[in-house]
Amino acid sequence: MKTTSLSLIAASAALALTAGCAKKAPKEIPPPPMHGGEATQGNGEGAAGPGTGSVGQANLGGARADFLRNVASDRVFFGTDEYALDAQDRQTLDGQAAWLMAHPSVSVTIEGHCDERGTREYNLALGDRRANAVKDYLQAKGIPAARMTTISYGKERPVALGSNEEAWAQNRRAVTVVPQ
Amino acid sequence: MRKLFLFFACLAGPAAAQPPAAPAPAQPAAQAPAQQTQGDQNGRLVVDVVGGISAPMPIAIPVMPTPASANTPAGETGALGREIAQIVANDLKGSGLFAPTGPSGLPAVAFPQVATPDFSVWGGTGAQALIQGFVQANADGNLTVGCYLYDTLAKTELKREGFVVTPALWRRAAHKCADMVYTRLTGEGPYFDSRVVYVSETGPKANRTKRLAIMDQDGANHRFLTNGQSIVLTPRFAPNHQTIVYMSYVGDRPRAYVYDIGSGRQRLLVNEPYMTFAPRFSPDGRWVIFSMSVNGNTDIYRVPASGGAPHRLTEAPGIDTGGSYSPDGSRIVFESDRGGSQQLYVMNADGSNQHRISFGGGTYATPVWSPRGDLIAFTHIGGAAFRIGIMGPDGGGEKMLSNAWQDESPTWSPNGRVIMFFRTAQGSGRTELWSVDLTGVNARHIPTPLDGSDPAWSPLLP
Repeated sequence: MKTTSLSLIAASAALALTAGCAKKAPKEIPPPPMHGGEATQGNGEGAAGPGTGSVGQANLGGARADFLRNVASDRVFFGTDEYALDAQDRQTLDGQAAWLMAHPSVSVTIEGHCDERGTREYNLALGDRRANAVKDYLQAKGIPAARMTTISYGKERPVALGSNEEAWAQNRRAVTVVPQ
Repeated sequence: MRKLFLFFACLAGPAAAQPPAAPAPAQPAAQAPAQQTQGDQNGRLVVDVVGGISAPMPIAIPVMPTPASANTPAGETGALGREIAQIVANDLKGSGLFAPTGPSGLPAVAFPQVATPDFSVWGGTGAQALIQGFVQANADGNLTVGCYLYDTLAKTELKREGFVVTPALWRRAAHKCADMVYTRLTGEGPYFDSRVVYVSETGPKANRTKRLAIMDQDGANHRFLTNGQSIVLTPRFAPNHQTIVYMSYVGDRPRAYVYDIGSGRQRLLVNEPYMTFAPRFSPDGRWVIFSMSVNGNTDIYRVPASGGAPHRLTEAPGIDTGGSYSPDGSRIVFESDRGGSQQLYVMNADGSNQHRISFGGGTYATPVWSPRGDLIAFTHIGGAAFRIGIMGPDGGGEKMLSNAWQDESPTWSPNGRVIMFFRTAQGSGRTELWSVDLTGVNARHIPTPLDGSDPAWSPLLP
């Protein structure tokens, strides 16, 4: 718990330091405030205030939310029984590497996954290959290996549930997971 | 302590008995690496296990009487006599080689008739063989189950055995009786008195809950070994049938563990900073081979079963996994993609002389050496199907035994004549256990309380 809290604080600090830099705009507009939403109420202006000024965004999310807002994708996809990275994957990972360089206190877990059309143990090994392909690329981009942990889930944790090529393509993936 | 033992060695029936004709193989044994039909040159009642399709042998199994009704922790002895006869019938029917009648619908057998059957009754039922027996409560609290096999046409006794069990193990006496009959009539080794450990599955496809579970070969005495908080995969029995190796994600660290069924205690197989999986015992129980993925490269290693430093057996870049010892411990079959796709390889137990044995189309995975040594079972992937197949240790005699969208992970019965595996449904991802014999004809669904995968068959129980 302690280390998690510290890394979150560090991540927030790093975020504050880089807040003035040019950054990609958030791709998604935050959802409308709900009643009772803590983030948008009780700012002390008072009920009689003008209520027309612009309100800045407070980043209350942790490192993961910031990561997801600022990279093209947290995952790359692979061909059947493959673990090579193509140009699009490398572009995705370049963005992840940039974020990780800007947040040097954040350690990540890289998950390797497979589609269901492989035997269980082979897929464990294949998922390990995919996770390590991403780790090796990020390391080559300057991210210390000590900040990256790999884990293979084989075919145990699909995200797309169909038994068709479209679903399998989504499941053959390596996901860079930043702590909450 | 052994709680079950033979008290009466059998007397084989006279070999000169008149031969009821052995069921003739209706088809050649396909490409089965053939044990030839035992034949009945000796004039014996025989059943052909691998010769292909033949009519199951009709066999009568009446209720086993009791010399004196007594209440035991397992039930009243008369009621047990009916249940035991039913278990024997179920076992034999499940083999696909017998067509049992009874115990329901057959004439009652008086206790004195158990050893002196009235063949005039049984000869008219169409049954070629007859199983009689008795259930007796002993003064020390144990049960004695007598088991007698007769040739109804030759009117001779073929074999008899008696089993003494604690009441808690009463079902095992029935399996031992069925094994006696199966062995005597087929010439093959026994397998009904055995257990299966497997992965019980439930929950949504994206987040399946997986628990280790163990049950008797026929699904009885089912219980869970792990609680489902962590993914567990690929259990395998030690030759002592009391220890299991398997893989768990406990603590988000996928590692192989050694688990003791009796105590419930477990320990890491090896303490390494890498994923370890696909653990298998050597036939003498002294070693465990396993796979370890180091920075994307997976090789097979060996470690003393009692713990110690891993010794690397394969060096090839790529994925080497799924190792399985030959029954004499001298060789290991494994899968490797070193040649570009998953194929089967055999090496000596020290890692020397690695050579490929699978050369058919498609890819091959999950090889398992038969306990008899004569065959290797595997998963074949090709033509949009995952099928269970067998081949000889030299790669010859390849034959497919199942045909479904996705069958994988074969395991051998203790006698090397039946294979259990799991079948995944297209779409839902639900899993079931199935078994098939070497003819490929007798495919059976094995019922489990929840979904089931990764079965591993135990050695024969003592």
